[in-house]
Amino acid sequence: MTPADDATGVPADDAAARRAVIGDSLGVGIATGLYGVSFGAVSVASGLSVLQTCALSLLMFTGASQFALVGVLGAGGAPFAGTATALLLGARNTLYGLRMAPLLGWSGGRRAAAAHILIDESTAMALDRPSRALTRLGFLTTGISVLVLWNLFTLLGALAGTTLGDPRDYGLDAAVGAAFLALVWPRLKEPGNARIGLLAAVLALAVVPFTPAGLPVLLAGGAAVLIGVLTGAGRPSEVRP
Amino acid sequence: MIWWAILAACAGCYALKLAGLAVPASVLARPWVARVADLIPVALLSALVAVQVMAGTDAQGDQVLVVDARLAGLGCAVVLLLARAPFLVVVVGSAALAALLRAL
Repeated sequence: MTPADDATGVPADDAAARRAVIGDSLGVGIATGLYGVSFGAVSVASGLSVLQTCALSLLMFTGASQFALVGVLGAGGAPFAGTATALLLGARNTLYGLRMAPLLGWSGGRRAAAAHILIDESTAMALDRPSRALTRLGFLTTGISVLVLWNLFTLLGALAGTTLGDPRDYGLDAAVGAAFLALVWPRLKEPGNARIGLLAAVLALAVVPFTPAGLPVLLAGGAAVLIGVLTGAGRPSEVRP
Repeated sequence: MIWWAILAACAGCYALKLAGLAVPASVLARPWVARVADLIPVALLSALVAVQVMAGTDAQGDQVLVVDARLAGLGCAVVLLLARAPFLVVVVGSAALAALLRAL
């Protein structure tokens, strides 16, 4: 797709379109960033130091992997079992990168920097934009706002520690599922995608009792993609130059 | 030991991100690669929703399926999304309902 065949007929560099992308992206960034407070609290409660907790948010910067790592450590798992779980979950970012590379069109230092903020949210807010400029805008606005707020609120959560009480009392664990659903929602309307999404969800739940944390998402996601390709689901290829 | 595990995981997660972005464009020009890349966010995010909402750990630390306030929160999210509510309203609404149910 090029800016010219944007379905709404709005020029891609239109100020209103840019404002809409920035508004949506900041909304995602703020909602996700605030959840960092629960990561900070959970991580310290799992036995990590404040410094270790902040290092994870700053250097790893992929929420599901961070939660998985401290989850394994908190449950008494071996440290490198935690590493393996974090990497398994982090592997989906490789798949996002595969999707985002041609849309962002960056190389060299910019690509190396962009890789750090390549996460669920920045990918979701960059996809389906009518132009490369808006794709980059959604990616950067979401990625940077999540990066800043996630780290800030991780520190706050770690410092507050358990004095805040259980993050679940505030429904923060339910907010994560809702946020991921809102992120995938627009894509479920495309032909065949709802079936693939439902299949992935059911498969993931089916293997939860038999696999260590981290594996269900990868197994179910991989199987659903395979089935989708074999059954011809999904849109015809549409790779922007 | 924990520091080494943390740093190894951080380096690995960054390498995984960069690897995806560094795949040559010619690879992505193949139709089946494009279709796979298109389906990946749908499948992974959907699986993530399911696991975030229904997976928990039992007393032994093993993974189990759990039905609790999170599922009600997700139901709230579906209703709000069908009503075309903004992202933040969806997220805050789901958290509020879950928190309310737990407080009762």
